[in-house]
Amino acid sequence: MDFNFTEEQTMIRDSLARLIKDQYDFDTRRKVVASKEGWRPAMWAQFAELGLLAAPFSEEDGGLGGGPIDAMVVMEEFGKGLVVEPYLQSVVCGGGFLKRGSDAQKAEHLAPMIAGERVFAFAYAEPKGRFNLADLETTATKDGSGWKISGHKAVVVGAPWASHLIVTARTAGGRRDTKGIGVFIVAKDAKGVTTRDYPTVDGRRASEVHFDNVSVGAEAVIGDAGNGLPLIETVTDEAIAALCAEACGAMKVAQTMTVEYSRTRKQFGTPIGKFQVLQHKMVDMFMEAEQSVSMTYMATLKLGEDEVTRKKAASAAKVRIGQAGRFVGQNAIQIHGGMGMTDELAIGHYFKRLTIIDSEFGNVDHHLKRYTDLSAADVAVAAE
Amino acid sequence: MNLDFTPEEIAFRDEVRAFIRDNYPKELAGVGTREDLTREQFLAWHKILGKKGWSAPAWPKKYGGTGWTSTQRYIWSEENARMDTIMPLPFSVSMVGPVIYTFGSEEQKAKHLPGILSGEVWWCQGYSEPGAGSDLASVKTTAVRDGDHYVINGQKTWTTLAQHADWGFFLCRTDPSAKQQEGISFILVDMKTPGIEVRPIKLIDGTHEVNETWLTDVRVPVENLVGKENEGWTYAKFLLAHERSGIAGVARSKRGIERLRDIASSETIDGTPLITNGDFARKISQLEIDLTALEFTELRTLASEAAGKGPGPESSILKVKGTEIQQRLTELTLEAVGNYGAPYARGMDGHGINDFGVGPDYSNYAADTYFNMRKTSIYGGSNEIQRNIITKMILGL
Repeated sequence: MDFNFTEEQTMIRDSLARLIKDQYDFDTRRKVVASKEGWRPAMWAQFAELGLLAAPFSEEDGGLGGGPIDAMVVMEEFGKGLVVEPYLQSVVCGGGFLKRGSDAQKAEHLAPMIAGERVFAFAYAEPKGRFNLADLETTATKDGSGWKISGHKAVVVGAPWASHLIVTARTAGGRRDTKGIGVFIVAKDAKGVTTRDYPTVDGRRASEVHFDNVSVGAEAVIGDAGNGLPLIETVTDEAIAALCAEACGAMKVAQTMTVEYSRTRKQFGTPIGKFQVLQHKMVDMFMEAEQSVSMTYMATLKLGEDEVTRKKAASAAKVRIGQAGRFVGQNAIQIHGGMGMTDELAIGHYFKRLTIIDSEFGNVDHHLKRYTDLSAADVAVAAE
Repeated sequence: MNLDFTPEEIAFRDEVRAFIRDNYPKELAGVGTREDLTREQFLAWHKILGKKGWSAPAWPKKYGGTGWTSTQRYIWSEENARMDTIMPLPFSVSMVGPVIYTFGSEEQKAKHLPGILSGEVWWCQGYSEPGAGSDLASVKTTAVRDGDHYVINGQKTWTTLAQHADWGFFLCRTDPSAKQQEGISFILVDMKTPGIEVRPIKLIDGTHEVNETWLTDVRVPVENLVGKENEGWTYAKFLLAHERSGIAGVARSKRGIERLRDIASSETIDGTPLITNGDFARKISQLEIDLTALEFTELRTLASEAAGKGPGPESSILKVKGTEIQQRLTELTLEAVGNYGAPYARGMDGHGINDFGVGPDYSNYAADTYFNMRKTSIYGGSNEIQRNIITKMILGL
């Protein structure tokens, strides 16, 4: 058992932390978020240069030989800095699918993604599907050797910045069947793809993406077009672990910012941090944040285990971090008092990001149920 | 980063598992740790481990520790929890032992450590007083120097299992004029000394687990003072902070959740197993998830100790979260048994009426255990005191 980071991982953390400190301070971020583009392609290029986009991939795939731990390190720093650039969408999700694709797909897509030239977004959610990855109304129908895709994907984060989309679609069966799902690579400029772009409350950009008989070739399919759900779940569990790491970074900052604020803010002639009722709240925030780190390690380290173990670990982490994020975020605002309500202070923006993280890739209720169902299945198997 | 055990660690696990299987007293299998065990039952496993040299894994090797790594100690507690063994009580091995080998004289080490290791000598803790609970530094029991003796007068309380004790370690005020924390000494007392009276306190679960200990003109040789006079508070704090790993009770709680699942599989609700009831099943899930968070927090603590960094800030979480989980576990277990939480447990009604037990076996102690476990957030520095400590030591407020 080993909880140490490698030299490379420590280097990634340090150089990224420095970059964020120098070029991603809160005021700069505010300007970027308010800009027309909503992100900085030049920053993305710097991330590529630092090796962040290559870090979690094997050397055969053109990466630096790392894995999910490296993505965790990056995402935690992103969380600390409230970085909006689409690492989760392009590297963790896009890369997660592509590294499991064919050699041709890797050559065509993964290499430019790692180079930062091609940006991916993951179009999985639908207006009526909520958090069920198999509840798909988007269809892909066979068309010669290729496919025609039609449907509406909801809140595709990072899509306005993406050149390509990873799209889940029903290839056979009924609306919520676990079989009959395919994963497709679609260029955003393909004929029939239309997007409605908009900002999100936590400083990012997303799109409603409509597919109207979009033609793709056979080479667009990743894995088994008739049974893509296991692949989708594998990648989303990786995304959950990375998202948890981002939440940990945001929670740590929100918690320490709150402690700092309580040291300087005076009421009744004394710093409010001297009040025991607030002290104990802040201790609870600290404990929630630390336990979230523990859960993130746990989920990340179990990504390579058997399917049930991996799924339970990801769901357990998402439950705990969803609850912790809500607790830390809400109390950070409360202890900041009226100032916490202002747009001017960073704390409110941490609160908003933590709030939205809970709804990404399934919220607390969804994952508590998933965990419970998997436990029941476990028991049933053990009883046989 | 990885979670793998090395081949050596797996071999170690197999070795200790086999040792427990082959050596744990058959008559104590499945009995579990309860307050109403006899002295012999409490000490049986301790004595076997003492002979094997495994009774104090966390001690330095030169004083009788095993030299195990923190991972090995983790494995050891997991394996014991699997078999629900009755482990050595903390007062001797985890509390006074480390104080003696760290601050005690050579004579004290020679005299007391062997009995602690072997399980021959039972120790109790003379800390709390009626007026000194969370505010422990306000102890009033006095020890006044008279020639080569201290004369101790005062009253201690919540003295756990003092009815079995051979020796006790007491916090006594030796300088009444000094500031609170500065006039306290740490003194070892032979419980057979004249002037000591141990009176039982009956608790809400019906057990006799704790006592009032009255000390009237108790004469103790000065060589029983540990370390320096008036510096006992330092040793007392050392003791409270010592052996944080294990305090979380992760392995035991894991076993408890397994047991809870078994109970919930036997109990029925509207004709189907309680475990399949969504509401109840999700409560178990939530508890198990929170326990996982605690487990990995403990593993991080062990790792940072192993790396020689000493317990990191995360270690302070272990007591608070560990006890909260232990309490929720007993709460859910009581919920799970439904109506049969109400009858007094076997032999506990005081009338000899339900000596045969009422309801399924697993319901027998559900309420008592729930009642008893409320103590965990009160003892060892209440959870509110723990939060005060974190406020000061970690948040720096």
